Amino acid sequence: MSITEQRPIISKLEKQELYRLLAEGKRVDGRGLLQYRNLNVQLNYIEKAEGSALVELGNTKILAAVKVGVALPFADTPNEGILIVNAELVPLASPVFEPGPPSEESISLARYVDRSIRESKAVDLSSLCIIPGRSVYSLYVDLYILDYDGNLIDASVIASVNALGTTKLPKYSVEGQSIKKLDEYFKLELKDLPVSITYAFFGDKYVVDPCLNEEYASDFTISMTVKSDDRFCAIQKNGGGMISPRGFLELLDKSIALGKELRSIAYSKLSGNG
Amino acid sequence: MSEKISLFKEDGRRLDDRAPDELRPIKIKVGVLSNAQGSAYIEQGKNKILAAVYGPKEALPKHISLPDRCILRCRYHMAPFSTPERKSPAPSRREIELSMVIRNALEPLVMTSLFPRTVIDIFIEVLQADGGTRCAGLTAAVLALADAGIPLKGLTAACAVGKADGKVIVDLNDLEDKYGEADMPIAYNPTLDGITLLQMDGIMSKEEIEQALSLAITATQKIHKMQVEALKERFSVPRREG
Repeated sequence: MSITEQRPIISKLEKQELYRLLAEGKRVDGRGLLQYRNLNVQLNYIEKAEGSALVELGNTKILAAVKVGVALPFADTPNEGILIVNAELVPLASPVFEPGPPSEESISLARYVDRSIRESKAVDLSSLCIIPGRSVYSLYVDLYILDYDGNLIDASVIASVNALGTTKLPKYSVEGQSIKKLDEYFKLELKDLPVSITYAFFGDKYVVDPCLNEEYASDFTISMTVKSDDRFCAIQKNGGGMISPRGFLELLDKSIALGKELRSIAYSKLSGNG
Repeated sequence: MSEKISLFKEDGRRLDDRAPDELRPIKIKVGVLSNAQGSAYIEQGKNKILAAVYGPKEALPKHISLPDRCILRCRYHMAPFSTPERKSPAPSRREIELSMVIRNALEPLVMTSLFPRTVIDIFIEVLQADGGTRCAGLTAAVLALADAGIPLKGLTAACAVGKADGKVIVDLNDLEDKYGEADMPIAYNPTLDGITLLQMDGIMSKEEIEQALSLAITATQKIHKMQVEALKERFSVPRREG
């Protein structure tokens, strides 16, 4: 059952200061309302994984790694590879992450990232078929949250797409119904570079890329994933509160503009990665 | 999604003979269970969904309670026989996420500060699923809360909008959800002019989202009227003690 979350209490003083600054168009860490934190991407961080990326968005740190295998395709998609996204809120990253079965936050994070990648068709799953109905590539994207300072969604999408962009798949030779792994690899080609833009709302004010204190103090957040062609492939409101239809529509143009900017920074290293 | 299925007939109507902006037939009944403090049943097309509310009651174990308001617990669950393939009764990742987004959509409606240290349980049981179950379930859950006499800031109705074969459509059925291009469930409260549930998957341009949102607002206003009618019907007849 989903239970009203018990957010860590942030002091009244801190919250008041945050609201006071917002009224002046400022933020606690000195950023502009629609400004992202510094983004740092390191590709191929885990050598044992077929693809990986370590992403730092301010103090939020996320490691994404792709493991490749061969599996039986799903019955309804016999010609398509399998893509599975999983997110681990590692207990060492934050006092609010606890060991145990996946929390609803980690499930909804993984499902949002999955939708962003799947619906944008960034990975052409039909190119990952070895023998139709029998053998397809399986791509497991595992997200490891290593340090938590808010906005897991945007950082996770960037980390996953970068990890997939570095992924190398082993080639297989097909003989009848059996396959044999070769000592050759090919690069997974990305068809799109989706980015997610997350807004946190405080009454009638909002900011982009909330840090943890902003997230805790906010009424709710809205994330939207924009494709390279400026169309949207995933949207999700998280947390209580409500937004007017007009307020929501206002975000669409902003997300398109912010998406362009973020995309050019977030995936700049992929083009040079042979 | 690999095979192409046309979701429109030659005359421009949908496979179940609806216009693009037409809702499926909806039947709502409030007060259908004897043990729950509040309950509601909804049929929307082939969807058959029950919602029940227990509480406010003491929050146990005590550490889950909040000193200044009541907490909500929500479970969205699909019956094993609700889908073409049997669904395992264990909660899936999808059901866990939907329980959360439905709770998030209900939380701003309930006047939670009136019942500190208590819990309200909301159960949504999908008996038969045919697309748009989170929305229909939410529409019913709001009525179950009202039936339980819990003070609400307003009623919220929910409806999915989306896109199939390049056309923006309202109230997607299972086929349109599976083979269409996009699905955007929305819960909207017309009196407070607020969206409380908002998700989207699939691909839509900015213009299509704008168009879909305006369809969603019209659709949820219609469903909102039906919610009001269902509540009137519930409370205009003497309650049969059971």
